[in-house]
Amino acid sequence: MGKILLEVRELTTKYVTRFREDVYAVDHVSLQVEEGKALGIAGESGCGKSTLALSLMGYYFAPLHYISGDIIVDGRNITGMDPDTVRKAVLGRDVAYIPQAAMNALNPTQKVINFIEDVIKVHDLGADKKEIYERARILFETVGLPESVLHKYPVELSGGMKQRTVIAIAVLLSPKVLIADEPSSALDVTSQKMVIKMLMRLMEDGLIGSLIFITHELPLLYNVTDDIMVMYAGQIVEKGTAREIVFDPLHPYAKGLMGSIIVPEEGVRDVKLTAIPGAPPNLKKPPSGCRFAERCKYVQPLCKVTSVGFKELDNGRTYRCIFSEAELREAYQNG
Amino acid sequence: MKHTLQQVFHSGKFVIGFVIFVALMLIVIIYPLIITDAPLTIIAQGTFFKPGIYVNVYDSMNAPKYTLLLEDADAKRIASRLTPEDRQAMKEWLIAIGIPDNAIDIEDTAQLLGLWETHFDPKMQIAGMTNAKRNYYIRLNTSLEGLLATEGAIIAAKNADTGALEEKGNVGQSEFVNVTQVANVRVLPLGTDNFGRDVLTQLVTATRVSLQIGFIAGLIATLVGLTLGLLAGYVGGWVDDIIMFVTNLFTVIPGFVLLILISFSIGQERRGATTVAVVIGFTSWVWTTRAVRAQVISLRNRDHVNLSKLSGHSLVHIILNDILPYIASYVVMAMILQISSGILAEAGLSILGLGPRTTDVPTLGLMMNWAMIYQAHVLGKWWAYLPVLITIALITFSMNLMNTGLDQVFNPALRD
Amino acid sequence: MAEEKQVCLSGKGLTKVFGFGRQRTLAVDHVDFSFYEGEIVSIVGESGSGKTTLAKMLLGLINPTEGEIAFQGQVRDISSQKKRKEYWKNIQAIFQDPFSSYNIFNKIDAVLLDCIHMRGGRNLPHEKKVELMTEACGFVNLKFAELTNKYPFELSGGQMQRLMIARIFLLKPKVLLADEPTSMIDACSRATILDMLMDLRREIGMTLIFITHDIGLAYFVSDSVYIMEHGKIVEHGSADEVILNPKEVYTRRLINDVPKIYEEWDLSTV
Repeated sequence: MGKILLEVRELTTKYVTRFREDVYAVDHVSLQVEEGKALGIAGESGCGKSTLALSLMGYYFAPLHYISGDIIVDGRNITGMDPDTVRKAVLGRDVAYIPQAAMNALNPTQKVINFIEDVIKVHDLGADKKEIYERARILFETVGLPESVLHKYPVELSGGMKQRTVIAIAVLLSPKVLIADEPSSALDVTSQKMVIKMLMRLMEDGLIGSLIFITHELPLLYNVTDDIMVMYAGQIVEKGTAREIVFDPLHPYAKGLMGSIIVPEEGVRDVKLTAIPGAPPNLKKPPSGCRFAERCKYVQPLCKVTSVGFKELDNGRTYRCIFSEAELREAYQNG
Repeated sequence: MKHTLQQVFHSGKFVIGFVIFVALMLIVIIYPLIITDAPLTIIAQGTFFKPGIYVNVYDSMNAPKYTLLLEDADAKRIASRLTPEDRQAMKEWLIAIGIPDNAIDIEDTAQLLGLWETHFDPKMQIAGMTNAKRNYYIRLNTSLEGLLATEGAIIAAKNADTGALEEKGNVGQSEFVNVTQVANVRVLPLGTDNFGRDVLTQLVTATRVSLQIGFIAGLIATLVGLTLGLLAGYVGGWVDDIIMFVTNLFTVIPGFVLLILISFSIGQERRGATTVAVVIGFTSWVWTTRAVRAQVISLRNRDHVNLSKLSGHSLVHIILNDILPYIASYVVMAMILQISSGILAEAGLSILGLGPRTTDVPTLGLMMNWAMIYQAHVLGKWWAYLPVLITIALITFSMNLMNTGLDQVFNPALRD
Repeated sequence: MAEEKQVCLSGKGLTKVFGFGRQRTLAVDHVDFSFYEGEIVSIVGESGSGKTTLAKMLLGLINPTEGEIAFQGQVRDISSQKKRKEYWKNIQAIFQDPFSSYNIFNKIDAVLLDCIHMRGGRNLPHEKKVELMTEACGFVNLKFAELTNKYPFELSGGQMQRLMIARIFLLKPKVLLADEPTSMIDACSRATILDMLMDLRREIGMTLIFITHDIGLAYFVSDSVYIMEHGKIVEHGSADEVILNPKEVYTRRLINDVPKIYEEWDLSTV
C-alpha cells in the first residue's frame, strides 16, 4: 500500500440557498487517496459530487459552509486553518482543483504566461520573469503543449487546448492531489481524449501525486481511475476498484447506474438498459433511512426507517445497503 | 409571479425608490384637494415673496385680543427693528462726529439711542460719506422713532362725513391675536415667484404635469421601441435591415438636437404639454428598439419558440406568447428609464424656452425657465428654483433606484 | 431490407450557407439522404458538423439555401403558414434541453391542449380532451391529475422530457426528430426516455431520427447511421456496418476516441 496523500474523515458540508435553506450536499464522506492512484467519483447531477470536489479543497466561501470532519493532506490536517493560509499554503501546492468550466475562467485580456506569473507571485516563490518563463516552457514541454501557447490569449486557443492549458497551470506547483471535476465533459471526443491522455501523463511523470476524477461519464471513469466511489444524495453508497464497480456493482443504485452505460462496441446493442424510476431525494430534508429506498427495486420496509451503515467485504470493497453480498447477487440473478 | 413580486420588494433599492415615488405621487394627488387655487393665479403684487405665513393685518385688528406678558417681547421687538448691523453703523457715525470709542456700548440699547438722539443731525456733513450712506442714516433715524415707547398704537378710521380721524381702538404692546382667529392667513411655504404666484401650488401642479409628460413620452418611446424591436428581432431579414437603418439614422443624430429642431418648428403657440410629450416620445425610442431587438434575437432561436412554431402557432401568437413575456420585465425597466429621461428632456427643452407654451400649465422645466429669466439665482431667491431642482432630482433618483432594484431581481448576474 | 420500404423523408443536394463574404460559412454542404418509413436513423456529428442545421431544415424551421427535401415522395412545399402547419402535423421534434423547450409562462395543460388542437380536436368536449391528455401522460408514466395547473419548470429534467414525449404521443406524427434528447438528463433517466421513444415508435409507427454526438447512443438505438463532418455526410449505412466496420478515417477516429469498457481504449492515437 502506497503512501496516503489525502485522507478525508467524515466530512460534512452544507450550502445555503438564496432562500436561506440548508442543503447538506456532502454528508459524512470518508475517503483515502494513495500516491500514484486515481480515485473516481461517480453519480448523477445533484448527487453532491461537485460540492464534494469543492469541499475537498478545504477552502470554504459562501454559500458553501464547513460543518464537521477532517481533511488530512500528506499528514497535515487543513480543516482548522484559516482560509487565507489555506489559499496560500495549501491550494496549488498540496491540492489543486479544476472546476467544470475551468477553461472559461481565463481572463481574456491576459496572455497564458501572465497566468503562470500570477500563480508564482501568489505563492511568493520570488522568481524573476525569465526563470518563470523557463519553468513554464519546461512544464508545457512535459505535458505536450506547444511553447507558442504561452504567448497566446485564451480566445486564440481551442476549447480542448484551453482546458489543457488550465490543467497545466493548475499543476505548476506539482500538487499532491489534483481534483478534476468533469474536466472534459464540455469538449468533443477527440479533445476529451487529449485531456485524459494529459492527465495520465501527469500521473506517470509524477507532476501530480494523485488524482480525484469526478464525472458522470462512467466509461471515462473506468478508463482513468483505479478506484471508484459512487455517490448518491450526498453520501457514498459504494466503493471499490474500477473493474468491480463497472462490471460487478453491488449497491442497487450503482447497479442501475452501470446498467445505463452505452459504448460503441460489439454486443452493446443486445444489452437492455436499466432505468431507475423517480428522482433523487430533496437534500433540504433527506430521508431518515436509506436515501435510495424510494427508488429501489428491492426495497424492504426496514430500509426506510433504519439508517444504513457500510458493509465491508474481504477485499476492501464497501457498500451501503442492508442486504448482504449474497442476497444482492441473488436478487440481481433473478432480475 | 407572486414570488417575483415578493423578491422585488425584498430589494432595498427598489423599496427606497418606490417609497420616494409613491410619496411624490401622494403629494401630487392630495395637495390639490386641500389647496384648490389654480396654479397660475397671480396672488402677490410684487415679485419673490419670501416663504412664510402671511397674516392679514386688517383682519388681525378685528380679531379677539389676548394679553400675553412675555419677558423677551421688548427685546425681540427692538431687535427686529434695530439689527446688529444698524447698531454698528450708529457707532461708526457717533465715532465720526467725535464721541470716544469707549463711551459707546452697542449692546446697551437705551444708552445707544440716548447718544443717537442727542447727537444725530441729518444735515451734518461727514467727510468721505456717500449720499447713499447718508440717506441710509436718515431712514434708520426715522425707523427708530418710538422704538422705546411703551404705550400702544391707536387705530383710527376716517369719518365719512367730516373727513376727520376718529379713534376706533387701541393696540397695546402686549396684545396678541390667535392666528387661527384671523380671517385671512395664507401660508406660502415656498413663497411666491417672479409673477407673484404661489410657488408650492405651482410646483405640485408642475410635478403632476411633468410626470404626465414623462409617462406619455415613456409610453410612446417604449411602444414604438418595443414594436420595432420585436419586428426587427423576430422577423429579421429585410424588415430588420430597414428598421435598423432608420434606428441607426436616429442614433447618429443626437436626440436632443432633433428634439430642439422639432419643438422649434412646431412653434410656441401650438406646443402644449401633450405635444411636447409626444415629440419627446418619438425622438427617444431608439435605445429601446436596439435593446429589445438584441433580446429578441437571443430568444428567437430558443427551443420553446421552435416548439411553438411546430405547434402551428402564428407569428403574432408567438411574439405575444413566447417572446413578449420573456422580455416584459426588461421592457418595464426600460420604460422606467424612458419616463425619467422624458422628464429630464422636458426640463432641458423648457429651460431653453422650447417647452410647452407658458399659458396653461406649469411644468418643472418651465418653472426653472421662469426662475432663470427673472434671475432668481442671482437675486438669491432660492425658493423659486431650488425646490424645483430637488423635485426633478427626487423623481429621477427614485425611478433609477427602482430600475436598479428591478434589475437586481431580474438579472441573476447582479444578485447579491 | 431497406429497399422494400418506402422512402419517408429524403434530401437532395441540401445546402445551407450562413453569412456573406468573409463570414460565409457552409453549415450544410450538398447533403443527400433517404430515410425509410419506420426506420430509426441517427445523424452523428461533433459540434459544428452541421447536424443541428440539417435538423432545422428538415423541420422547416429554416429554409435551405439550395437543394430540396421530399416528404413521402413529394417535394416539400412549406411556402405558406397553412402548408407549414400541414407539414408539422407530419414531422415533430424533441429538443436537447428540456429546460428551454417550454415557455415558462404557459402551464402544462396549455402545452398538451395545443397538440390536441393541432390534431383538429379544438371542438372536442372538455372531458374528452382531459381523457386524451390523461392517456398521453399515462403513456410516459406521468399523472395528468398531478400535472394540471402546474408549470413545466416545477418538474425535473427527466419528467419534462417525458412530457415532450407525451406531446408527440398526442400529435402522432409520421416523423419524429429527436435532437440529443438524452444529453442533458441523467444517465438513469436516459434509459427511461429511450424506452419510451421506442414504445412510442412501435405504438404509432413513425420514423425516428436521432441527432446526436454520442456514437455509442447512435449504435445502440438505430438501424442506420449517417456520420457528418464539416457539413458533409462522410459515411452512412446500417449501424453495424458503420460502427463495427467503419470505412472512413473520420468515423474510425470518432469511434476510437470514445472511451471503451470492453476493449482497450487506445490513448496513443491522439
